[in-house]
Amino acid sequence: MSHTDETEGTRRDFIYYATAGAGAVTAGAAIWPLVNQMNPTADVQALSSIEVSISDLEPGTQITVKWLGKPVFIRRRTQTEINEARKVEIDDLPDSDARNNNIGTADATDKNRSLDESGEWLVMMGVCTHLGCVPLGDGAGDFGGWFCPCHGSHYDTAGRIRKGPAPENLPVPVSKFLDNNTIKLG
Amino acid sequence: MLKKLSLIVVLFLSFTGVSFSAAKEGHTHDVDFSFEGPFGTYDQMQLQRGLQVYTEVCSACHGLKYVPLRTISDEGGPGLPVNQMKAYVANFPLNDESANINLFDPVADEYRALKPSDNFPKNNAAGAPDLSLMAKGRAGFHGPYGSGINQLFKGIGGPEYIASLLTGYTGKEKEEAGVTLYANTAYPGGWIGMAPPIYGDDVTYADGHSTSIHHIAEDVSAFLMWTAEPKMNARKHTGFLAVFFLIVLSGLLYLTNKRVWASVKHK
Amino acid sequence: MAGIPHDHYEPKTPGEKWLNNRLPIVGFMYDTLTFPTPKNLNWMWIWGIVLTFCLVLQIITGIVLVMHYTPHVDLAFASIEHIMRNVNGGHMIRYIHTNGASLFFIAVYAHIFRGLYYGSYKPPREITWIIGMLIYLLMMGTAFMGYILPWGQMSFWGATVITGLFGAIPGIGEPIQTILLGGPSVDNATLNRFFSLHYLLPFIIAGLVIVHIWAFHTTGNNNPTGVEVRRTSKAEAQKDTLPFWPYFVMKDLFALSVIMVIFWAIVGFMPNYLGHPDNYMEANPLVTPAHIVPEWYFLPYYAILRAFTSEVWIVQFAGFLTGGIIDAKLFGVLAMFGAIGVLFAVPWLDSSSVRSGRYRPMFKWWFGLLVFDFFALMWLGAMPAEEPYATFSLIASSYWFAYFLLILPILGLIEKPSTQPETIEEDFNSHYPVKDTPTEPVTNVIK
Repeated sequence: MSHTDETEGTRRDFIYYATAGAGAVTAGAAIWPLVNQMNPTADVQALSSIEVSISDLEPGTQITVKWLGKPVFIRRRTQTEINEARKVEIDDLPDSDARNNNIGTADATDKNRSLDESGEWLVMMGVCTHLGCVPLGDGAGDFGGWFCPCHGSHYDTAGRIRKGPAPENLPVPVSKFLDNNTIKLG
Repeated sequence: MLKKLSLIVVLFLSFTGVSFSAAKEGHTHDVDFSFEGPFGTYDQMQLQRGLQVYTEVCSACHGLKYVPLRTISDEGGPGLPVNQMKAYVANFPLNDESANINLFDPVADEYRALKPSDNFPKNNAAGAPDLSLMAKGRAGFHGPYGSGINQLFKGIGGPEYIASLLTGYTGKEKEEAGVTLYANTAYPGGWIGMAPPIYGDDVTYADGHSTSIHHIAEDVSAFLMWTAEPKMNARKHTGFLAVFFLIVLSGLLYLTNKRVWASVKHK
Repeated sequence: MAGIPHDHYEPKTPGEKWLNNRLPIVGFMYDTLTFPTPKNLNWMWIWGIVLTFCLVLQIITGIVLVMHYTPHVDLAFASIEHIMRNVNGGHMIRYIHTNGASLFFIAVYAHIFRGLYYGSYKPPREITWIIGMLIYLLMMGTAFMGYILPWGQMSFWGATVITGLFGAIPGIGEPIQTILLGGPSVDNATLNRFFSLHYLLPFIIAGLVIVHIWAFHTTGNNNPTGVEVRRTSKAEAQKDTLPFWPYFVMKDLFALSVIMVIFWAIVGFMPNYLGHPDNYMEANPLVTPAHIVPEWYFLPYYAILRAFTSEVWIVQFAGFLTGGIIDAKLFGVLAMFGAIGVLFAVPWLDSSSVRSGRYRPMFKWWFGLLVFDFFALMWLGAMPAEEPYATFSLIASSYWFAYFLLILPILGLIEKPSTQPETIEEDFNSHYPVKDTPTEPVTNVIK
């Protein structure tokens, strides 16, 4: 063959590497959208945060709203319920963490569980931390809070686990007051 | 053989003079929208003006049921700031309750307020068609003679058709079977059931833009193009990147192919 | 494979030998990839890879779309809008799928007409041709059923017209139509079963593609000269052929890349150009569109279907002969399927002993007219069923049948062919002159 074979060695390889590289980029550019389309769609993402009107809620009553496919308890507590929650010693609690996603790791005092300073508002995921059933409210159970009928977990007036197989307090989701009548979840 | 070919040609030509009977097609005039062509994009302010026209004039009868309300603050569209979008949603009227049963709250025994995650309400009260896809559901340009050349250069012509329709009323009316029809130069058949919705100066634009009937018509047509095709800006951008990169890849593959074949072709 | 002598895969390492004794898959892939391919193939031979690419593209984008689509008459149209507006990149995936179907048909028509011109259907490649025609039929079925899924006006009314054709079959027509529709008209039952079959058919096509490749690997590819690869010895074969990898893989990839530039320009800048605006309106069984038109790739057959009205003398004659059983509607249906049927039969209709149209001077003109006729029928299929288009459609339909049933059989008997090259090597060298002394035959030059 001709003499130019040896000197062309590196030149010949460059075009192949360049084309293979460009081909790899093309393949990547093709694959990424095919994977990304399985990510949550715009309408699902739009519901990742919702606003709940609480203007009609009387003290001592609760509403349950669906958020991210799960129930959220929003309870307007009476002073009695607040006092009862504040009397409890942290050492008496099976789970001493507040489980409040708005403040991170903290003691499970009633102040660290409620949404506002007065303690009137309690917002928690309505999903039992044992195996996921929805606990019954309105003073149910031995501690005046919530009771899960599936396997007998008892939660107190601040939604903290007191008795039964559930390992953790009912978690408080990212939430805040937008104004006096609206709570934003997420 | 050539005789056969020329016979066919003669037959073909002899028929071209014949006019054919078809439903009277309306006339669509061309509009130079900002979003035409491979590099065209929506004019955000025009979309906001069009949204205003829709809200104040068209929404009384026409729904936009496939358009989520939250998308009016999306990129590539009217792009309202989120707080303005929320205010807009809170104030949007529900003009046809019976068509929006999904908004009825049986516990409260009333229709609940619209949320950004809802779509624009449906509206069938006046028998008016939904406008979500109207700009893609109509062709303004045809032919010539079925060749598709007009659409290649001017686009399908959906928004142009809408603009022509809105400005195409001649003022003549007629009664037929208890229904009033209005003469319109753009509408197929020439008579449309919708009364002229705009006359010029029907709305006042905050940015002081002209409110002549032509400008209002073009603004709402552009808005309806966005409701039909909210992702147009993103699509053209992706198309540009893809074409550019593929041209580079084609060049590289051309050189690679040439190299692979070199020893065989130039022995 | 059988026919052209060439080197086969030899497992070298112990690992390769272990696998080869249990499942000779590496050898199978190696032999397929390095198959000796005529070295003189021109750019009309790239469409096979374009078609394979389209099949994969449609299957992948289709499976992705199904993740978000709802096959119910009340929800289908809205689910498509959900894909267009909410799904990440959904609008691109949808447009790729709809325009991918168009690319699929552009490629298949180029591929078929290549076969018609170069005589790829002639012995020994009849089976390859028949399988190809079956793939083409399945493609048309898949596309027809896919078009109903968005449940737009054209989806509904196109399906109504075409399923209505089955009712034209005498006797068993009505029960066939009912079982196809699942009811008295196109409705939810129809939509759901078309969805199921639309998902199924592409995989049957994929299986047939494998058999198609198996068939033309058995006979060897055709080439622009129509002269067969020399098979007397490996050395002779190597003068006429080159291994598929890397020569034709790279050539095909280059061609595919160029086609992708055009494809992405259309998807990015004019994705609705080949579609019909009426399909952006939801299906309404109570309102018929002014002009019901199928997608462009069906237009030639639509023209043939509509050409044969009750005024046409041959329709009246057929009606007379069959005592009224064959009416205009049935005649049109028979003509439409017959137009595809003559394609199936072409290996046995062409009497010429010369394979490639390159060396058939009279044939070239008639073939050129056939191509023109195909485009004319396509244009006519979109026109309203009135004069002068009705008469043009009759002339164009008649030519289609005349080409296959009269011209091809007669031409081979009376044509005087021009001189064919002796070998493929001779043809190749006439385009790429040998510069100096020939060296040993080329095998895998690039590692």
